[in-house]
Amino acid sequence: MKSFAYHQPSQVPEAARLLGALEDSKIVAGGMTLIPTLKQRLAAPPALIDLSKLPGLSGIKDEGPTITIGAMTRHADVARSAMLAERLPALATLASLIGDPAVRNRGTIGGSVANNDPSADYPAAVLGLGATVVTNIRDIPADQYFVGLFETALQPGEIITAIRFPVPLKAGYAKFKAPASRYALVGVFVAQFTDGVRVAVTGAGPGVFRVPPMEQALAQHFDPSAIAAIKIDTEGLTSDIHAEADYRAHLVTVMAKRAVDAALS
Amino acid sequence: MQISFILNGRPTSVEVEPSMLVADLLREQLDLTGTHVGCDTSQCGACVVHLDGVPVKSCTLLAPALDGATLLTIEGLQGEPGSNRLHPMQEAFREHHGLQCGFCTPGMLMTAIALAQDKPNLTEAEVRHGLEGNICRCTGYQNIVVAVMAGAAAMHAAGGE
Amino acid sequence: MSNVIGIGAAPKRKEDQRFLTGRGNYVSDIKIPGMTAGVFVRSPHGHAVLRGIDKTAALALPGVIAILTGEDVAADGLGTLPCGWGISNAQGVPMKEPPFPVLAQGKVRFVGDMVALVIAETPEQANAAADLLDIDYEVLPAVVGVLDAVAPGAPQLFDDIPNNICCDWELGDKAAVEAAFRKAAHIAKLSLVNNRLIGNPMEPRAAVADYNPGTGQHALWTTSQFPHVVRTLMSGLVLKVPEHKVRVVAPDVGGGFGVKQFHYGEEAALAWAAKRVMRPVKWVASRSEGYLSDRHGRDHVTEAELALDETGKFLAFRVKTLANMGGYLSTFGPNIPTNLYAPLLGGVYTTPAIYCNVKVVFTNTVPVDAYRGAGRPEATFVLERMVDVAAAEMGIDRVEIRRRNMIPKEAYPYQTPVLVQYDSGDPMGCLDGALAAADVAGFGARKAESARRGKFRGLGYSTYVEACGLAPSRFAGRLGARGGLYESATVRVHPGGQVTVLIGTHNHGQGHETTFAQIVSEKLGVAFDNVDIVFGDTDRVQFGMGTYGSRSLVVGGAALSKAADKVIVKGKKIAAHLLETSEQDIHFEAGKFSVAGTDRVKTFEEIAGAAYVPHNYPLEVLEPGLEEQAYYDPVNFTYPGGCHICEVEIDPETGVVQLLNYTAVDDVGTVINPMIVEGQLHGGIVQGVGQALFENAVYDDGSGQLLSGSLMDYCMPRADHMPMMNIATHSTLCTHTPMGVKGCGEVGTIGSPAAVINAVVDALSHLGVTHVDMPATPNRIWRLLQNASLPIAAE
Repeated sequence: MKSFAYHQPSQVPEAARLLGALEDSKIVAGGMTLIPTLKQRLAAPPALIDLSKLPGLSGIKDEGPTITIGAMTRHADVARSAMLAERLPALATLASLIGDPAVRNRGTIGGSVANNDPSADYPAAVLGLGATVVTNIRDIPADQYFVGLFETALQPGEIITAIRFPVPLKAGYAKFKAPASRYALVGVFVAQFTDGVRVAVTGAGPGVFRVPPMEQALAQHFDPSAIAAIKIDTEGLTSDIHAEADYRAHLVTVMAKRAVDAALS
Repeated sequence: MQISFILNGRPTSVEVEPSMLVADLLREQLDLTGTHVGCDTSQCGACVVHLDGVPVKSCTLLAPALDGATLLTIEGLQGEPGSNRLHPMQEAFREHHGLQCGFCTPGMLMTAIALAQDKPNLTEAEVRHGLEGNICRCTGYQNIVVAVMAGAAAMHAAGGE
Repeated sequence: MSNVIGIGAAPKRKEDQRFLTGRGNYVSDIKIPGMTAGVFVRSPHGHAVLRGIDKTAALALPGVIAILTGEDVAADGLGTLPCGWGISNAQGVPMKEPPFPVLAQGKVRFVGDMVALVIAETPEQANAAADLLDIDYEVLPAVVGVLDAVAPGAPQLFDDIPNNICCDWELGDKAAVEAAFRKAAHIAKLSLVNNRLIGNPMEPRAAVADYNPGTGQHALWTTSQFPHVVRTLMSGLVLKVPEHKVRVVAPDVGGGFGVKQFHYGEEAALAWAAKRVMRPVKWVASRSEGYLSDRHGRDHVTEAELALDETGKFLAFRVKTLANMGGYLSTFGPNIPTNLYAPLLGGVYTTPAIYCNVKVVFTNTVPVDAYRGAGRPEATFVLERMVDVAAAEMGIDRVEIRRRNMIPKEAYPYQTPVLVQYDSGDPMGCLDGALAAADVAGFGARKAESARRGKFRGLGYSTYVEACGLAPSRFAGRLGARGGLYESATVRVHPGGQVTVLIGTHNHGQGHETTFAQIVSEKLGVAFDNVDIVFGDTDRVQFGMGTYGSRSLVVGGAALSKAADKVIVKGKKIAAHLLETSEQDIHFEAGKFSVAGTDRVKTFEEIAGAAYVPHNYPLEVLEPGLEEQAYYDPVNFTYPGGCHICEVEIDPETGVVQLLNYTAVDDVGTVINPMIVEGQLHGGIVQGVGQALFENAVYDDGSGQLLSGSLMDYCMPRADHMPMMNIATHSTLCTHTPMGVKGCGEVGTIGSPAAVINAVVDALSHLGVTHVDMPATPNRIWRLLQNASLPIAAE
C-alpha cells in the first residue's frame, strides 16, 4: 500500500473542507471497499479522511414515519437493531446478509451507499424504500442519487451523514449470494406503501434499478403470483463467469417473488 | 503517527504509518505472528482479531483505527502470557480435531469465540452461517463446527468468558 | 509401560498446542537481521514477446537494492527449472521438454510468468519499483483451452513444438479394446470436462533466502512439502552449487494439497538473489499472486466409451483425453494426466481391456501439476460417470451394474489390464456398508418429500479405488520418474530413553507428529509424550522424498517401523549382554527386554542408558549409542478405495444444488489414529465437493487473463455448503506395507466428485439430463433445465 496523509476531523464541516482542499483525497468510513482497493494498489490517494471521529454519525433513530440511520452505523448494528426488527425488519435482514460477521462489524451504511457497488445490498434498500440520502449540504432522493456504475449524485466535498428511510407497510429483501464473494448476484428489495409499491434490484446490472412492471403488478395485488410471469429484459444486465445475463434476469423474478413472500411473512 | 491501545490486556503505544494494516502491525512490528494473512480480498478470515470486543478482519483495518481501542489477538486468549491453560474454545478445537494445518485456526477461534459470546446455545446451522467469513481448506469444516458448538457450551458453563 | 499410546488410539494431536495459541512457525513469520523484501514482477499478458526491460527509473527509487531479470539469470549461468518425469509416446519418443527459465527469457507464456525480481528494503519500496519497471511486450494471441491449442492455426507457444503437443501418450492394448468393441452388445459414450482447479492451501506460498559468504552456505526457508527434493533440484540443476552447501527448511506449512510439492522458480530466484545482494530476501505471495503462480490442477477434456455385453458386463473401456499442461512443464506435470490417470481406469471393476490415449498439451496458462488426488480423481470421475451413463442407457440399476462388474474380495490380488496390481480390497463390502449407512432404502420417501416442496432430489454413487503410497521406485523409473520414491526415518533414542524421530516426510496438517509418535510408542513401548517427530529441515533430517500421493504413513511410516525394528534388534544385543544371555533368548515387549521364561528384565530406558554409558557393554562387537535409520522403498502402490454416496436436492427455480447427505465407507487399511483419518476424509471429501459444485479456474481466451483471479471469484467451499458427513472405514489390510496401512490423504477427493455429480444427474434424470459438467453451478443447472424445456414446478 502506498503511504498517505491521514486526517481525522472532528466535525463534518472540517471533513468537507479537507475533502475539498486535498486533491484526490478519499473518505474512509468502515474501509471494507477502500482498504482492499488500496492494498491491491488499484488506487493511491494522497490523503484519507477518516470519518470515525465525527460526532453524531452513528445510530438508528425512529422518527415515526421515517427511520434515520447515521452514515457511520455499522451493518452489524443495523442487523441486530430491535427497533428495526419491529419497524422495518427487511432492512435488518438485508444488513445481516452483507459479507460476513467481521465485515458487518466494520462496514457502514454510508460507505456502502457512497461507493454504490453494483452488487452491494444497501442500494437496493435505499432505492426500494425511496429513501433520502442526507449529506452535509442537502437531501438527495434515492431516485436521483444512483447514477451508474460506482457513480452517484454526490458532488466533490459532499459527505453522506445519514440515510432517511420511510417506513413502509411491508417490505422484504431476497438475496442470491454470489457464492465466492458473498455480494449479491441478484438482490431484490420490495416495499409496499400506501401509495404504491417499489421494487429495486441490485447485482443484476451495472447499478441498482427499479422494475416498474413489477411495481404496478404488485400495487394491484401484493402477492408473489402477481409477478411470477414478469420477465426482465436481459439487455444491459451483467454477464460474467458466475451468471449469464439471462440467468440473472430469471433470478430477478425469482428473488422478487421471494422478497414479496418475505414481506408477507 | 502515535497510537495507543490496549493489546491483549496491556497498554501499548506505537508509532505507525497511517497506511499500515493492523495485521502487518501485529506481525511485523509487534512480533505477534499468530494472526495470519491468507488472502488479499478480506475473504479468508485467518486474520480475525477482536476490536473492542467484536471480530474484525485485521487485514482490512488501518492501524489508526486502534487508537484508544482494545485489541485481542490469538496470543491473548490464554490470559497470562506464558500460561499453558487453553481457552475453552481452544480446548474444544483440540478435543474435536478442529484444526489440521493450523493456518486458519487463529481466525477461526476468534470468530468462534465471538459467535459463542453472542449466543449461548448455537445450532449447527448458526455455527455454519457464523463461519461464513472464515475459510478452511483442510478440515471440511465438520470438526470445526462440532468444536465451536462444544466450545460455546464450555464457555457458557465456565461463566461466559 | 504406562502412557503408551499406540496404533488404533486417538490421542489429541501433539501439534495442536502451538497452532491453537498462535505459536506456529510459518515461513511468513520468519525474520532475519538485515532482511530485504523481494517482489516478483509477473507478466500481465498470456502470451508475449519480451522485447526489453528498462530498469532505470525503478532502480532510482529509494530503498531499491537490485532488480534481476532473465538476462541476469542467463548471465549467471543458472539452469532451467527441471521436470521430474520424462514420459514417452508408444514408440518411445520422449516428450517435448522446453526450457522453463527461472525468470522469463525471450517470451512470456502465461499471465503470472515471472519477468523480474525486485529487491528493496521494504515491500512497499519493492512494489513501487515494480510499478516503475518499464517492460516492453509484443503481445501475441493466447490460447488457453486444450481443444483450441491443438487446432490448426492455434497460437504456438514454442517454435519447435508443433500443435502445442508435449506428448501423445498411450497405455493399454488398443487392439484388444477394438476387438471387444466390435462384439459389444452396447456401447455407452460420454464427453466430459474435468474442470481446472486452484489448490488454495490457506497459507500462501512464501520463501526466505539467505547466503553466508563465510561458509558458502545457502539457506532457504520455503513453504514446501518436500524440502530435500527442492534442495536436490535447486542446487544441482538450477543454482549449480554443491548440495551440501544448501540448506532447505520447510517449517510449519499451512496446507499443501500438492501445490507446495514442486520446485518453484521463486525458490531458486530468491536463493540466487540472496547471494547476489549479500542480504537475506523474503517473499510472501498474496492470495491473488498465488492464483497466477501456484500450479493449477486437473483441466482435462475427455471422450470415453464403454463396451458392454447384453448383461451389462464391461468388455472394454476406451478413453481419449486432452490434458492441459499450461505454459511449461512443472515438476511432476506430465506424470499426472498419464501415469497417475490411465492406470486407474480399471477402477474396482473386472473390465478386461482398457486403452487410454492422452494428449498432453501446452497452453498459455499457469503450469498444471498435481493437486490432491492428482490424476486419480480425474480417472475416477470419468469411470464412475461412465458406469452411470451405461446403467441408464441399458436400464440396469446403478448399484446392480456395479455389483455385476466388481472385483470380488476373493479375486485379490487382482491384475488390471493397465499396469497396476491391486493387492487387497473389498469394494463390495464398502458398497454394502455405504448402502446401509446412507439409508438408501429410505431414499424414495425422501425424494417424494422433496418433490412435494417442488425440489428434485438425487442420489449418487461412486465406488472407486486409487493408487497411492507413491511409489515403488523401480516401477516409477520405468514409467519415467527421474528420482526415487522411497522414504527414510531415523529413530534417535536419547540416553534417558526418550525418542526423537527424524523423518523425510513433511507434516503440513496431516498430524504426522501424532501418528508417527503413536507408531514409535507402540513399537518401543515408550510413552507417547516422550516421542517427538522432526521433519522439514535438510540440515537436521537425512534425505527424504517428502509428502504427497498419500505416501507419508505408507512409505514414511514403513521406514519408521523398520528403523524402530532396528532399535529393538540392537537393544536386544545390549540386553543380552547385560542379562548375560544370548540375543535369541531376549524377548522385547511393551518397553521391556526380558529373558524368556525368567523374571530378568531390563527396561527400554535402562538399555538406552547402557548404550550411551557403555561401561558394561560389548564394545568389541557393538557400537555405543542407540540410533537407527531405515530407508523403505515400497514394492507396490497401495490401493485404498471405497464407496461414497451423495444425496442432493436441487431447487429448480434457482438451479442451486444443496448437499443433504454424504456417506463414505472407505478402505484405508490399518487405521493408526481414527480421529486423524476421519479428519483427512472430511477434508478430502469437501475438496472433491468443491470441484463438483463450486470451484473453477476460468481463463479468458485470446488474452489469457485469469478471470477467477481471487477469492472473490474462485469459490471455495465454506462451512455452510456442507451437511454433517457420515464417515466409516471398512478396512482390508495392505499385504505389502509393514503395518497394513494404505493411506488416506487423497481418498476423499478422489471418490467424491463422481458421487456428487451422479447425484445431480440422478436428480435431473426425469428431465432427460444425462450429464452435468463440473462445477454444477446454479447457472449451469438452470441452463440445463431451460434446455430440457419441460415444465418446471416453480411454485
